[in-house]
This record gives sequence, structure tokens and C-alpha cells, in this order.
Amino acid sequence: MSDLVNLFITSAFVENLALSFFLGMCMFLAVSRRVETAFGLGLAVLVVQSVSVPLNNLIYNTLLAEGALAWAGLPDADLSFLALITFIGVIAAMVQILEMTLERYFPALYQGLGIFLPLVTVNCAILGGSLFMVERSYTFTESAVYGFGSGFGWALAIVALAGIREKLKYSDVPDGLKGTGIAFMVVGLMSLGFMSFTGIRID
Amino acid sequence: MSTVPSMRQAFIDPLINENPITLQILGLCSALAVTKTVATALIMSAAVTFVITMSNATVSLIRHHMPRHVRLILQITIIASLVIVVDQVLKAYAYGLSKELSVFVGLIVTNCIIMGRAEAFALKNNVRLSIMDGLGNGLGYSWILILVGSVRELFGSGSLLGFEIFRTISAGGWYQPAALMLLPPSAFFLIGFLIWALRSWRVEQIEHDEFEILPSAEPEETR
Repeated sequence: MSDLVNLFITSAFVENLALSFFLGMCMFLAVSRRVETAFGLGLAVLVVQSVSVPLNNLIYNTLLAEGALAWAGLPDADLSFLALITFIGVIAAMVQILEMTLERYFPALYQGLGIFLPLVTVNCAILGGSLFMVERSYTFTESAVYGFGSGFGWALAIVALAGIREKLKYSDVPDGLKGTGIAFMVVGLMSLGFMSFTGIRID
Repeated sequence: MSTVPSMRQAFIDPLINENPITLQILGLCSALAVTKTVATALIMSAAVTFVITMSNATVSLIRHHMPRHVRLILQITIIASLVIVVDQVLKAYAYGLSKELSVFVGLIVTNCIIMGRAEAFALKNNVRLSIMDGLGNGLGYSWILILVGSVRELFGSGSLLGFEIFRTISAGGWYQPAALMLLPPSAFFLIGFLIWALRSWRVEQIEHDEFEILPSAEPEETR
């Protein structure tokens, strides 16, 4: 159990997808001007990430990994090179299903998340999460925790950045740094801050 | 785009005037993550330039036969197939580097530059122009990556492409490596400074505030 808690803390804080692996950066900078929109996008990423990582784990381990097709009488098949295209397909399909489900059953939530869901498909953080899951060979439970943790970390980072940028409106920034430039600096400082979580363990 | 750009424009513009990284803010995920050393930056640049050129060419080639509604899926499939090719080639011929790049080769699929150029340029222009545009954007992305990679490797470990430039203290020399350069935050700072430098030179790229804040008014004196 404590392993899973540690995995959650590591994936959410120490190895924050946005701040230490730079994943989902394009959107991280583009949609962080206001807290409400940042919160919506963060939530969308959290939801999609928590579902897609375990789902991809299941697909990878039963269909694609080397020797995974043994149950179908093909013990030598190695389809792992198809992982990339499968993951992107699964994510795109997942987002589509999620969008339709939300629209049908949770219209209020759909109003809030609707416009962000299609964007999430091309967010590197989502695909990155699935690829990291393969690279680190997580089990199904671990991948579920990892998916939730990394999504949570990403959402936390974007909401925090949006909060800072809202305050930043009132500061006198040099001309050349306005907009994107200063956002990079702020993210750099946040990334330094998150590095101080390194080494935290719960036993 | 209303007017058709010339071949030269399609190639030159993305280098500085419409640089994908500093102005369009696209494709950052990989740009920041693989710049710890020059070698990884070079490989990544080559991979992205190859994928973007080929995907632009392919999309442009079939642009009249693509139904509008499924074009996004088609584009993603084309890009993903190209990336798989790159990934397999790297694994076969440069296994060490491909391990070091880890997931970031795969993440070229979601690199917004490639999708963005396919959508914004290749769908509307002929094959030769699209290839030039792909090359231009690829190289515009590359020079920033290589520049950031050089700075980080030079100051972070005192070498370039693995060759020793500054002799570090641990090797008996004089240079104390700046460990910060090897950590993620430095990439953010470097790109930030780069944007600042570029925009001080090309002032038309400066983003203006949504509103100006007026200096606080002097309180009127009461008599």
C-alpha cells in the first residue's frame, strides 16, 4: 500500500509531467491565462489521464507486448511497435466517448469541460503518461495510480500557473518578455520549487 | 492564408519571423526535454524535420481526396506511422540515444508543430511548397533546440557533443560545472531569455497587454 502512496506522490509532485518532463507544454502555456479555464482543462486532463493509462496498460499487456498473444496461440508475436498508434487511437476514441457520455448524463459538467476535451487528445501529457507506463512496466494497479497521480500533478501545476499569471497582469514586465517570455520564467521558477519535493517518501 | 507564398518565403519565414517555438509557441514539450546534450538535440531535430517534411508532403499529396470530416484522424495516422518508422530506425542504429530520448521520440506524434503545419499549410498548398514549409519549420525548430542544447551541455558539463571544452574540476581542470543547467528549470529560463532576445531584435513580435494599466492618479488636492 505504501508503495502505491509513494508512487502517487512521485508522479504528482517529484516527477510532475509538466514541470519536470515538459509534457503538455503548448497547452500549459496557452490556456493558463485565467484560473477558471485552467481549472477546466486541468480537470479534463485528470479525467482522461486516469482512464486512458490503465486502459492502455490493459491493451498493451494482453495484445501488444512481446509474447502477450500466447493465449491466441502466437507466443512469438511482438506487436509492441504498434503501441504508439494504438495508444493515440485509444486516447482519441476515449475522449470521444467521454464527451458523448458527459453530454448525455452530466450536461453541467459538459458545459464546463466540453471545449477542452477535444484539445486533450493532442496533449502530450496524455500520450506521455501511457508511454511512461510502458517504459517503466507498471502493473495494472500501479498504472491506475500513476494515471491519477500524474493527471492530478498536471492539473495542480496549470492552476497554480494560472493563479500566478493572473497576478502578473499588474506587474511591469519588460516589453520583450511580455506574454510568453515571462510565462516561461515563471514556469522555470515553479519547476525549481517542485524540485524540492525530491526525496519525500512515506513509509 | 490568402496569398500563395513563394518557395523562398515558405522556407525562410519559419526560421525567424514565424519561428514555431518562439512565436507560435508550438511543439515545446520535446523542445525542452531533449536539450540536455547536443547529441540528443541533434537527433531530435533530425527526427522532427524528417517527420514534418514527410507528413506535409503526404498530406498535401492527398489533400483533394481527403473527406473533411475524417481529415484529423488521417493526419494523425500518417504522422504516427512516420514516427514509428523513425523510432524503429533509431532503435536499430542508435540504441543508446534512443534509450536516452525515451518517450520523447514517440511524443513527436503529439508535437503540435506537425499537426499545425499539416492543418494550416499542407491542406491548402501544393506538394513542393508544403515540402519547403516543412523543411523551414523543421529547421526553425532545430536551430533553437541545438542552441539551447549547446548552452546547456557547455555550461552544465563543460563539453560539446561529448568533446571537452572546459576542463572540469573533477577532471583536474578549472571549470566548476553549473549543475542547474542540467536540471529542467534551466531549459525554461533559456527559452525565456531567447524569446526576450529575439523580441528585442524583432520588436513587431512583442505581445501587448490586453489592457494598459494607467499610473495611479494623483489625489486631487482638497481646498
